[in-house]
Amino acid sequence: MKNWPLWEVFIRSKNGLEHRHCGSLHASDATMALENARDVYTRRMEGVSIWVVESKYITASNPELNGEMFEPAKDKAYRHPTFYELPDELKHM
Amino acid sequence: MSEKEIKSLEEIFEKRIANDEKIEPKDWMPEKYRQTHIRQISQHAHSEIVGMLPEANWITRAPSLRRKVALLAKIQDEGGHGLYLYSAAETLGISRDEMYEQLHSGAAKYSSIFNYPAITWADMGAVGWLVDGAAIINQVALMGTSYGPYSRAMIRICKEESFHQRQGYEILLTLCNGTPEQKAMAQDALNRWWWPSLMMFGPKDAESPNTEQSVKWKLKRKTNDELRQQFIDQTVPQANILGLTIPDPALKWNEARKHYDFGEIDWNEFWQVVKGHGPCNKQRLDARRTAWEKGTWVRDAAMAYAEKQEMKLEKAV
Repeated sequence: MKNWPLWEVFIRSKNGLEHRHCGSLHASDATMALENARDVYTRRMEGVSIWVVESKYITASNPELNGEMFEPAKDKAYRHPTFYELPDELKHM
Repeated sequence: MSEKEIKSLEEIFEKRIANDEKIEPKDWMPEKYRQTHIRQISQHAHSEIVGMLPEANWITRAPSLRRKVALLAKIQDEGGHGLYLYSAAETLGISRDEMYEQLHSGAAKYSSIFNYPAITWADMGAVGWLVDGAAIINQVALMGTSYGPYSRAMIRICKEESFHQRQGYEILLTLCNGTPEQKAMAQDALNRWWWPSLMMFGPKDAESPNTEQSVKWKLKRKTNDELRQQFIDQTVPQANILGLTIPDPALKWNEARKHYDFGEIDWNEFWQVVKGHGPCNKQRLDARRTAWEKGTWVRDAAMAYAEKQEMKLEKAV
């Protein structure tokens, strides 16, 4: 018989905050994945909402290509507020 | 990849660890790093779930509802901790089933402490106080380990585990404030669990060949002997509060070292239990295998149900 697939678990700790990845588990279907996530990851009131998604549906970037992926952002200081030279007497901008 | 290319990747890798950078699952890593981590993390996971077995005996025998819910919660935590660790090991490319297979065939080890029997209620106290106490010391040291998923699992586990030790200590405290028979039961538990607890930190540094590499990879942040000493120093005053005597006539505060000196550990016993000749090795593995085999139809039925539901959904579309 086939093994239970792997699921990734995301938890919102309280309303107003985003769901964050907190771990993974095996389950035969989405309902069981949610129930297991409740039992394993929210035993101490760590969450008010749970997302589960089968791990095989996640596409991840390749760390070996981090150079071409992320370095173009490095030399674009003009995207940050401190790049702009303004007089000191200008407050709150 | 040529040997030269691997060499340069290894250098970059070692530098990253030296800079306290974390290694994540898809990052390049030396094969030995991967294998060592699979071995250590899966052994750690096995220890969590085998560790549930000595306690299971006491769920229906707990002396009050308060003790029973605490014990159940502790055992449930251990199942959860096993799961965090298995998940961390899976990110290194080994499947859950392969790990279970290694445990059930005896190819993989788990902590030897769980091959000792829990014969009285006081043992539940001693296990929480000493065994979880020793485990916490090991695990706190591992929170800063270099492999990201392992480090995150350790942080979560340490957060949850401090209640385990406190509930154990409370059990002993209650017994020690009880009748002379109850106090004697607590002393007897300490007598049996003290030395095996010291063995939990592994062989002496001089006889631990993997320590150097493990320290370099931050898979170990302190050596076995350092952690063992830390455990003894912190546990002796706790025994004094209970009014119990640690079963080591050589135990003595050393003012010059600012540590307790202690007697020689029976390493022959340690190796015997590691090699499978402890009091409960067979019983523990049999319990694991039986649970796995008897659960097969449940796992298969759940999967068959999931597939049937999916087929229904496809037909409806």
